[in-house]
Amino acid sequence: MKLTRFTNLMALGLVLTVAVVGCKKHPQSVTPLPGSRTGNPVDVGPGGIINPGAESMVKPGEPVGIASNPAGSHQGWAENAAVFKSDTVYFAFDSSAVKASEKSKVAAVADYLKANFAEAVRIEGNCDERGTAEYNRALGERRALALREDLIKLGIDAGRTDTISYGFDRPVETGHNEAAWSKNRRGNFVLLSPPK
Amino acid sequence: MKITSRLRQAVIVLGLAGIGFSACAQIDINRVTGPGGEKPILLSLSGLSGEAAQVLQFDLYVQGFAFTDAEAAQYLIAGSSNGDLQVRVTDRFNKSTLLAKAYSGASLRCQAHKFCDDFLAALDRKGIGQTKIAFKAANGRDSEIYIADFDGYNAQAATKDGALVAAPCWVPGRLALYYTSYKLNHADIFYHDLATGARKTFARYGGSNMSPAVSPDGGKVAMILSKDGWIDLYVANADGGDLKRLTKSPQDESSPCWSPDGQWICFAAKEREHRALCKVPATGGPLQTIPTGGLPSPTEPDWSPDGKLIAFTVQYRDFQIAVVPAGGGTAATLVEGEDPSWSPNSRTLIFTRRQGGQNVLSLLDVPTKQVKDVPRISGSSNSQPSWAK
Repeated sequence: MKLTRFTNLMALGLVLTVAVVGCKKHPQSVTPLPGSRTGNPVDVGPGGIINPGAESMVKPGEPVGIASNPAGSHQGWAENAAVFKSDTVYFAFDSSAVKASEKSKVAAVADYLKANFAEAVRIEGNCDERGTAEYNRALGERRALALREDLIKLGIDAGRTDTISYGFDRPVETGHNEAAWSKNRRGNFVLLSPPK
Repeated sequence: MKITSRLRQAVIVLGLAGIGFSACAQIDINRVTGPGGEKPILLSLSGLSGEAAQVLQFDLYVQGFAFTDAEAAQYLIAGSSNGDLQVRVTDRFNKSTLLAKAYSGASLRCQAHKFCDDFLAALDRKGIGQTKIAFKAANGRDSEIYIADFDGYNAQAATKDGALVAAPCWVPGRLALYYTSYKLNHADIFYHDLATGARKTFARYGGSNMSPAVSPDGGKVAMILSKDGWIDLYVANADGGDLKRLTKSPQDESSPCWSPDGQWICFAAKEREHRALCKVPATGGPLQTIPTGGLPSPTEPDWSPDGKLIAFTVQYRDFQIAVVPAGGGTAATLVEGEDPSWSPNSRTLIFTRRQGGQNVLSLLDVPTKQVKDVPRISGSSNSQPSWAK
């Protein structure tokens, strides 16, 4: 009997606890939220897709580049420019777009790197003399980065690709005409082999 | 009714005032000559010969003076340069002595430069006679950074690395430079204390580290990096710390420079498929285009130390030096050349001129458009000048 009373007390306590917890769900207790109740109800488009409102709180992801290798990633590696001599990519005036006619050269470099997985490549961007010095240094780097992006798309790991720009400081032809300029607007590939 | 007619009268009066004002403004515009429109001040020179006379003629020509006969000159410069320099300047218009000076010590060249600065000071102007420049001297595949007097004399090699270098930039008020060097087989930015010869790599991120520009207080360096896979404008503390990316675009940015108050970084960019000069707050923020009157492919801006003008390079078939008000507006194309750098007094520009396969440095007095070449380091192609401030 005594036990029963104790059990009853326990039961009462449990009921009270539930009641107290339950209070939080009471419809009269309203939790205020920040912000005024203005604007139209969210428009649910066809198929139940919610059209984002004009003042969306969600910002789309910013486009980003693929981070360059840290400097000195391939320090002390043997350099061999001859391997890719015939794969030099030529660019149009003031452009860093890899022309369709040059894509096969990038593919050849990618194929070589796929077959020689321990090796890496340095991509050297160069310009003709028609442009100012530092503008061309940036343009040369952009050309090298464009070739790097193509190699990455073809499955080469970004960590195996270094870039450098020489601007107009490393011409292969010194003439001041289109014949020379077209040869100087280029991206060279240099094979990098790990020290033995 | 009465009120209405009064109002109408008032409007008419205001309108007339407006016309009057704009007419005055027009006269002002005609009277104030823009860059390149000023006439040189005429001087005559007597008694001086040799190096002293050469220095005087050079220094004063690139600061807006021209030499003529004593009958036509405003100022008569007379003196002797046997041993030390002694000079007297007479103002022929009001028949008074403007300046009488005697110098001793140092070289005759130094004395002549000092005299030119004293003469300008007597005219309430600041001279450039004792200023320094840094530049790139290329010899075949390799190049070195050189320091010289503003007129190219007393040139000294600051680097002897036998590597490619680019874009030297002075630290304001200090004997120190930042520049790009390929010495470590990579395009890195070096800091170089010229007094001690101590050097350190300032920026050696992945990709290319290019075009350093030191802030007017020397505390920050703007630069172009490709470390994040795109070519963008960055700024860091002078010791390389606290690197901040100021642009984020797959397009290229190049050749940054600072506004003299250190608030803005101006650079060459591509905005909506058009090449333009842009500026961005040095602490970050939205880009603003600086209108340059539609001149093609503006690059290499340099903001004058007095804050008024931005000099830059325009690309036609050849390159032209142009200046535009710092807030943007009508740009004036001045002379053939590229990569201008302002003198500390915001009057003269030093720039690069292509001459066949070689480059020479040249000085331009902006108000008069008078130009003179700087002697070249023998056997080399000189470019990318930076005027010490």
